[in-house]
Amino acid sequence: MQSTARKSFSRSILLPRCPTGIQGLDEITGGGLPLGRPTLVCGSAGCGKTLLAAEFLVRGAVQFDEPGVFMAFEETEAEINANVASLGFNLAGLVRQKKVMVDYVHVERTEVQGTGEYDLEGLFVRLNHAIDAIGAKRVVLDTLEVLFATLPNEAILRSELQRLFRWLKKKGVTAVITAERGRENLTRHGLEEYVSDCVILLDHRVNDQIATRHLRVVKYRGALHGTNEFPFLIGEKGLSVLPITSLGLHHNVTNERIGTGIPRLDAMLGGRGFFRGSSILLTGTAGTGKTIISSNFSSAAAKRGERVLFFSFEESPNQIVRNMHSIGLRLEPLVRRGLLRFHSARPSLCGLEMHLATMFKEIAAFQPDVVIVDPITSLMELGTVSEGKGMVTRLIDYLKAGHITSLFTSLTQGGHALNQSEGGMSSLMDAWMLLQDFEGNGERNRVFYVLKARGMGHSNQIREFLISDHGIDIVDAYIGPSGVLTGSARAAQEALENAAVLTGQQEAARLKREVERKRTAIERQISGLRSEYEAEAEELRHIAEQVGISTLKLTTERAASGLRRQADAKTAAGTLRKSRSARKRQ
Amino acid sequence: MKARSAPAPRTPKPAQDPDRFVLRLYVAGATVRSRAAILRVRQLCATELQGNCDLEVIDIFQQPTLARRHQIVATPTLVVEFPRPMRRFIGNLMTTADLVFQLDLETRRRLTT
Repeated sequence: MQSTARKSFSRSILLPRCPTGIQGLDEITGGGLPLGRPTLVCGSAGCGKTLLAAEFLVRGAVQFDEPGVFMAFEETEAEINANVASLGFNLAGLVRQKKVMVDYVHVERTEVQGTGEYDLEGLFVRLNHAIDAIGAKRVVLDTLEVLFATLPNEAILRSELQRLFRWLKKKGVTAVITAERGRENLTRHGLEEYVSDCVILLDHRVNDQIATRHLRVVKYRGALHGTNEFPFLIGEKGLSVLPITSLGLHHNVTNERIGTGIPRLDAMLGGRGFFRGSSILLTGTAGTGKTIISSNFSSAAAKRGERVLFFSFEESPNQIVRNMHSIGLRLEPLVRRGLLRFHSARPSLCGLEMHLATMFKEIAAFQPDVVIVDPITSLMELGTVSEGKGMVTRLIDYLKAGHITSLFTSLTQGGHALNQSEGGMSSLMDAWMLLQDFEGNGERNRVFYVLKARGMGHSNQIREFLISDHGIDIVDAYIGPSGVLTGSARAAQEALENAAVLTGQQEAARLKREVERKRTAIERQISGLRSEYEAEAEELRHIAEQVGISTLKLTTERAASGLRRQADAKTAAGTLRKSRSARKRQ
Repeated sequence: MKARSAPAPRTPKPAQDPDRFVLRLYVAGATVRSRAAILRVRQLCATELQGNCDLEVIDIFQQPTLARRHQIVATPTLVVEFPRPMRRFIGNLMTTADLVFQLDLETRRRLTT
């Protein structure tokens, strides 16, 4: 009961915020710094206090139309202009537009002598005048503590500073006060006692030779805020805080599928490739063809007209283009058409956060549909395991929010491809492909399989992965009684089978020829017999004809001779007729 | 000795007399502290400097831009423009021993008398 009452109470008096416009800082603080109140930013030298303050002011003037006063105690206006210009801010221009006013407060210690009680009205008047002159809503005091070194009588100074903070509150400006980090306290002179609304601590740590800046909101009165330490960096466009833990899983998904550029692989993934916007991990030991698959994937996407951003942490762009040429993959036309863009950098160039920020910047600038990171493992080695995982999480979330398909390759050392920290990373991935070496028969062969593919049916088969002059081939590995055979063993087994088939075919052909020959022989025999028979029949007919003719002749001749002899002519003629009809009857 | 309040301070004119003091007192409003400081500095001019000085009292409430131009942080501030080097004395001038020492007034007085 009580807790709910308190909760609703705290919500009802939720402090109004003043957005800083600094990437990530507003996320952590739930909208910005407390509006109309002073905020203390402390940290040791070189932490970026002044830059944070300056960016707060500049972004206020540019993005939120809130003019600001920069009261500098350490640097002159020209110096501040130059420093801030390195982050792409045109402070001098804003000063000309009367959106920012810079007041350099300088007190030379050697010139100053104390002669009794004093107050800081000079400072108040200057500040007041500056605020009123441009209608400032924001004020930066950098670094107030200089006064401790120059002005006499610390007791007076303290009470005056206290009065200053009260006055700032009353004035209703959102103030950022920077202070040096003290040895035991947050600040060297205990300013945190007076500025109690919001305290931000900056820190610069070197871990394993790699320096990382951290930001922590120590205190934020009357508001919920992220209490973690967040890495932040100073990039070309100002500060960016990387709140890994403040990202959520809220991205939309699509059912669209995209091909991988390797038809056989598409077939293994239900025939249609990966989901658009999914994150894909490709794990393999050295030299198994991770970059080749990545290049194929990018080339296929670019040929569809999609934009591909290829982060390479091992090879230079030219080297990749040349190497892919050797397998018949031409990337340079795609690069020329602006569809494929390489970004190469050595992992050790800078820290993890800087890499991440660079990648974000590149992605935001190029607006790709597909992002390749080759290999992600060399980046992850830069930090601790949890930092690396945090980075990948953030990158994936960022890409997924933009529906960008991502392919990460992961190099594993020796042995089995699975025994590395990929176990941790893989849980972030939607699909996981594995490339592996099989050694045997005095050779090394690549095999390939899909370990997981969320949301789609996929083949569970191990395939042999071949790289030739004309690209990638995924072929069925031979699976027989002696296990999975690859490479020359598979070729030998296949040759063996081919030979067996060939022998069978030859045998069948021989049998067929034999039968054919037999058939022709029989037919020939039959036709011989038939012709013999026909010859005999012909002869018989011939003989019969001969007999008939000779009979007729005989009769005719007999009749003729009878006529010649003039005897019994009629009888003779009758006989002739008789003999003719007799022949007909025959 | 005349204390001009308000409009003045252009660039301080180098005094004809190189030993002549040019003083500026910056105060913030007509507070007790301001008044005490003005009183003290006038006294100083009359006694220690024997009138050999130009004093200018500036109220930064009325001329806030001057506070910026002349790097005034605390009030009251007494700026000794001439003779060089320029020096600043912060406070209500209740303890002037330092000031007298700094400006080397004792020796000057001894020399002049």
